[in-house]
This record gives sequence, C-alpha cells and structure tokens, in this order.
Amino acid sequence: MPSLPPIRPEDEAVAKVRGNTGAFDAPPVAEEDRVRFDYLLRLGDDSLILGQRLSEYCGHAPSVEVDLSLANMGLDLIGQATHFLEYASKVEGAGRDGDALAFRRDVLDFRNCWLVEQPNGDFAQTMARQFLFSTWQKLLFGQLTASADEMIAAIAAKAVKEVTYHEELSAEWVIRLGDGTDESRRRMKEGLDWNWRFIPELFEMDEIAAEMTSRGIGADVGSFREEYDRKVRAVIEQATLEVPSDQRPILGGRRGHHSENLGHILAPMQYLQRTYPDATW
Amino acid sequence: MVAARAHHSAEHLGEQAIWSALFSVPDPEIPAVSIVDLGIVRDVTTRQVTLTPTYTGCPATLVIEQMVRAALDEAGFGEVEIRTILSPPWTTDWISEEGKAKLLAYGIAPPVPAGSREVGCPQCGSIRTEEISRFGSTPCKAQWRCTDCLEPFDLFKCH
Repeated sequence: MPSLPPIRPEDEAVAKVRGNTGAFDAPPVAEEDRVRFDYLLRLGDDSLILGQRLSEYCGHAPSVEVDLSLANMGLDLIGQATHFLEYASKVEGAGRDGDALAFRRDVLDFRNCWLVEQPNGDFAQTMARQFLFSTWQKLLFGQLTASADEMIAAIAAKAVKEVTYHEELSAEWVIRLGDGTDESRRRMKEGLDWNWRFIPELFEMDEIAAEMTSRGIGADVGSFREEYDRKVRAVIEQATLEVPSDQRPILGGRRGHHSENLGHILAPMQYLQRTYPDATW
Repeated sequence: MVAARAHHSAEHLGEQAIWSALFSVPDPEIPAVSIVDLGIVRDVTTRQVTLTPTYTGCPATLVIEQMVRAALDEAGFGEVEIRTILSPPWTTDWISEEGKAKLLAYGIAPPVPAGSREVGCPQCGSIRTEEISRFGSTPCKAQWRCTDCLEPFDLFKCH
C-alpha cells in the first residue's frame, strides 16, 4: 500500500462548506479548548471505532465464549467513548452532545488511529489488532490517570482496569493461535503482518499531542515506547512467531485522514441518526 | 441551639429514609442484590444522592438512575438530585458482606481477591473450579465451571 498524500487545508475547507446540517457546521471554539477538544476526540474515537468493529462480531464469533468476550470488550470500549465524547462536547460547548459527536460527524472529523479501523479479517487478525491496541491503550491510560485534567484522569482510572482484561485476553489468543496448528499459526502471522504498520501512528507526537503533554494533560507516548515493544515482543516470542519487520508507516488518522474502511464503519453506525435525526427509543 | 439540633436530626432522619429507599432498589442485572449492597451509592444527603457506575460501558447505568429516581419520588424525595461520579472508580471491594452473601445464595460466586484463582463453587462449595470464559452473561461476570459437581456458574469479577 503506498503512502498517501496529506489532505491539504484547502481541500478540507471545501469539504466543510458542503454540509448543511452535519458536524461540518460546528461553530468554532476557543483556541485553548480546541486543542483539548481534539485530544478528547482522539481518545474517544479510538474507543468508539474499535468498539463498533468488535460489535460486528456479535453472533458471528467462532464460539459462544468468544462471542461474549468480543461483545463485552466492545461494550467497554463504547463505554469509554461515551465518557470521552460527552466530556469533549462540554469542552467544545457548541451544543452538540456525545451522541451528536458519534453519529453526526463525517470521516474527515474523526480523529481515531488507523489501527482501530482495520477490518476484522479472520479471528486471528481481529485478535492481533486487539493485542497491539490494548497493550498500547493500557500504557496510555496508565499514564493518563495522572493527567492534570481531572475528568480525563477519572475516565482513564476507571477504564484501565477493563483494558487490563482486553490485553490479557488478546495476548492469550495471540499465543494460542501462534503456537497452535499450522493453519492457526499462518493466520496469526498474517494478522500481525497486516496490523504491524499501524503501530508507529500510536506513538506519533504532533503539535496537539505535544501541547497536551506540555500542559500535563496528555500522555507522553514516547515514554512507554520501549515498554510497549518489550511487551509485544515477549508475547510474539511466546507464540513462537517471528516479530514482523518494520514497514513504512501510515500516519494521518489524528488529522482526519483515514482509510476507506472508516466510511464503511460509519455508514451503518450513523445510518439511523442520519436518517431520523434526534430519534429516541 | 435546640432548633439547630432538631434540624440536624431531621436531616439525619431524611438521610436514613433515603438510604432505606435506595436499599429497596435492586441491581437490574442481578436483582438479588440492592444497589446499596453493590456499593454503587457513594453518598447520600437530603439534597443529593451520588452514584458511580460499576463498568464504563455498563448498560444498566441509565436504568439504575431511573430506578433511583422512581424510588426517591415514591419515598417523597422528589427534589433530591442524582449525581454520577467516576472517581474514585468503583471496585468490587465496595460490595458489602451482606451483598456477597446474597450473590452466593443467588448462585454467583462473589469476587475473590486480585490474583487469587481460588474460586468456590456456589452450588457445592468445592474449590476445584476452572475458568471457561473471561467474560460471562454481563461485563461484570466471568464464566466458571466446577469440576466436582460439573455445574457452570458465574463469577463476579474482581475489579
């Protein structure tokens, strides 16, 4: 897959005036809060999109137990997203609530990383994605529990306990499939290969991440890069697989540049609220 | 002075009445235990009831809030506010001893201390048990099985 060119600001500006009732018309917020708002979207969107991805498995997993695991992990993630996006809506102060942020923003306004929007593929690919993400998210939330933003700290402290389960469960599957039959081994290897190039984005430090870190609000992701690599390597070695070689990374999710996968996730997810705005039970 | 004390005791009585109203609210997922047993009620004053969710994605959170609202209305405390806090995060340590006994009687093994793998079967009491699935019928439970009486059961996960 070639590396894609960045979205030019002028393209984005054109895209944004086209909408008439969607998120594109959101009023601007104060500069200081905008950085925090954007950071909250990153946190919330990662959880929302992966939660939605896992929900696709509901009723389709290889066994009842796995079905429960995936649905429950999805639920945890959507719970995190609810807290982050509700808080983001308060920071934004533009009158759109967490649901509006989830269901009425378009692709360009999503701030999730590429890893979480990757297709489920087979079960091994799903577990490889989960393992690479949850290992990172646990380290991230561990650090965010000390955030100067009390709300972020509270959400992280609440969620980190749940993510611990996600990491354990997915690591166990990486090992079981990697060190399993010829077929499960091949599939896990392919699953890791598929997701590997999306790791560098998790550790990217752009202006927004850097500003949040300098204000004591955001996490310094670079500080746990080594620990992450060590943990991931240990599990892959226990799975008797080889650590994939680094590939050219794809970046841009944090700035609204996504793969085609995201649109396909949003279409069913947002359909109801787009078609029947403000529908309630 | 006398008036102040009278006021104080009225407030105290009010709080007691609210606690007993809340005690009658069952957990929607595990109706054998009340939300007070589970440690979901963090604080009660005559002006405000403070709740905390068990799990971030717990679908019962909203239902619980509605049930608390109904219980307060019925007990004549319609003006009492309901507030939800995340911090400090809920932990299974807050489940009362009475709550643990009720869980066990209901067929759910109460949480065991972190790190312990010694889980008693709620049916026969044997500790020869094994995990079937990390997740059970709700996010707060895991699926276990007794290798003596062979009954599967839910374990309330330590959290």
